[in-house]
Amino acid sequence: MLSIENLHVNVGDKAILKGINLQINPGEVHAIMGPNGAGKSTLSHVLSGKAGYTVTQGKAIYEGKDLLDMDPELRAREGVFLAFQYPVEIPGVSNIYLLKAALNSIRKHHGLDEVDAMDFLTLVKDKIKLLQMDQQFLYRAVNEGFSGGEKKRNEILQAAILEPKLCILDETDSGLDIDALKIVAEGVNSLRSQDRSFLMITHYQRLLDYIKPDFVHVLADGQIVKTGGAELALELEAKGYEWVEGQAA
Amino acid sequence: MTSRYIADYETSTHSLPGQSLGWLSQLRADAFKKFSDKGFPSLREEEWRYTNVSAIEKKLFKPQLNSKNSVVDTAWLDDYRVEGALTFVMLNGHFSASLSTLDGLADDVVIASMANALEQQPELLKKYINQSVSNDEHSFVAFNTAWFTDGLFVHIPAKCIVEKPIQLLHVVTEAECLATSRNIIALDEMAEAKVIETFVGIDESYLSAIVTEVSIAKNAELTLFKMQSEGNKAYHFGGTYINQQRDSRFNHHNFAFGSLLARNDIHTDLDIASECDLNGLYLGIKRQHIDNHTRINHLKPHAISRQLYKGILNQRARGVFQGRVFVAEDAQKTDSEMNNRNLLLSNDAEIDTKPQLEIYADDVKCAHGVTVGQLDEKSIFYLQSRCIDEETARNMLTFAFANEMVDKIKIEALRDMLRRQVLKYFPQAGMGNNGI
Repeated sequence: MLSIENLHVNVGDKAILKGINLQINPGEVHAIMGPNGAGKSTLSHVLSGKAGYTVTQGKAIYEGKDLLDMDPELRAREGVFLAFQYPVEIPGVSNIYLLKAALNSIRKHHGLDEVDAMDFLTLVKDKIKLLQMDQQFLYRAVNEGFSGGEKKRNEILQAAILEPKLCILDETDSGLDIDALKIVAEGVNSLRSQDRSFLMITHYQRLLDYIKPDFVHVLADGQIVKTGGAELALELEAKGYEWVEGQAA
Repeated sequence: MTSRYIADYETSTHSLPGQSLGWLSQLRADAFKKFSDKGFPSLREEEWRYTNVSAIEKKLFKPQLNSKNSVVDTAWLDDYRVEGALTFVMLNGHFSASLSTLDGLADDVVIASMANALEQQPELLKKYINQSVSNDEHSFVAFNTAWFTDGLFVHIPAKCIVEKPIQLLHVVTEAECLATSRNIIALDEMAEAKVIETFVGIDESYLSAIVTEVSIAKNAELTLFKMQSEGNKAYHFGGTYINQQRDSRFNHHNFAFGSLLARNDIHTDLDIASECDLNGLYLGIKRQHIDNHTRINHLKPHAISRQLYKGILNQRARGVFQGRVFVAEDAQKTDSEMNNRNLLLSNDAEIDTKPQLEIYADDVKCAHGVTVGQLDEKSIFYLQSRCIDEETARNMLTFAFANEMVDKIKIEALRDMLRRQVLKYFPQAGMGNNGI
């Protein structure tokens, strides 16, 4: 599904990613862990098309297409979804409007008609229950005045409705208490399927207790320095990031 | 240039309403003298330094001394009628009974034309004309006092709560028309009402020179809406002057969409523990010039004032916001907030914003803030990551910025009408009529 080869990325003159290689197949859940400043968020931003990053070498092929060459909205329509670390507040735009506009953009991209209003409402109400959110959320402005937990749940709600092929979760667990984390994890687990893949970026091992990854990669100083199964996260938790940072050097 | 109006005035005073009333003819004569001595305001005056009115001096607008049977495109006009409201239509400076729909009014509420009211209730009107504003305010007020041909008079008796909104639909259908309306809205103690002022006209040059005087007695509440959608070559000068007695509330929603050049003055005097909430939205395109001028006088203690004015300016449009809050020595415990937020969508658009606080009391809470900027890039990327293309994202965010002011409107039919007006500015926003 996604194949990243020797990806080098700069911010200004500073090299942040220094040769990332990563292969994600359909249905797989990959976790990327690493200390602050390792380049985790840069990776998620580059894959989703945020401005301000320069790819100096390498490529990312998504479903046979050059991902890095696509506009952000095109990537999203092709099925790449980024759950933001810091979801943006958009006063004046209601949640339900954004959801509908986003879904219709995807449908249009695939040559389908706009979603029927009643069908859409049924779908949204169904998914909102899954995330244990109040229906009132739908009519509030996007993320405006939401708590940290509500913002993260809202991101997963969007994913549940847009049904992406590749979900990038950027520190979705940061700032969540255990109850909120469980709800978010449950939402994510319900989205797991044979042909949907996940790239979870996290600083903390705790998330992986609730969402079990197939692979864990450790990112340090812009490179993946270690790859293993779910047990690697536990080892990392026990030994600390100094352990892998030592290996990177 | 004023000489032309002077010549006109001398031959036409007898046709103006209420001229048989000694006090009024005297008032008009004094006002006219003030206007002819001073002329229209110039850029040298502090309150007018950003708004050049010299263009109207070169024009020859025609006073409308008598009502004519002007042809009106009723289908077009119907678009501006607020469903469920009592609609009082002013056509080219005169009340039109045939276009108005005023059925179902409570007996003791007065909605009348100024011309009629001056005949029927001259003593009542004497109480209100030039009471909220004096002819020294600026020469447009003097000009209006001298020239007004008609207007809306609303009087709500004590404790009367008028459920239906009262709409003034001010229409100009004649090119070069000089529409001078004087409106009076008076609420007695504990009365409540909602009044909607709507200004529309053809896409020809004309001048609307309007003064609305508002009097809100103790513990009464007025919500006043203004939608200025004049034709695209029109000049609009509208002054709203409010006198608030103790414990009264005044809510204002001021939408400026139309005209080539528009100026709004909103002045209110606050007595003890009264409140005013001023909201404004101005959208400018092409070479439009839209000036909003507010002045809140906190004269007595414990009064509260809130202001939020938002503007979006594109192409070569220019906006002006001058907001002034005055707190008298006696006005302790004043609580005042003023905000002006602007979006500039092109390099040639301009905003001159000038919030001013003038405080003579020592125990007060006063805040003001101004922002001038472009759209937030983080928000644009967020929308793009949700499948929305960049242009649509920009339109959506711009519309949302404006829509926040529309969403404050509780009268559904009016809110829909305002939203349609806002959407005209964002045809590609892809939004339905139900907001976003």
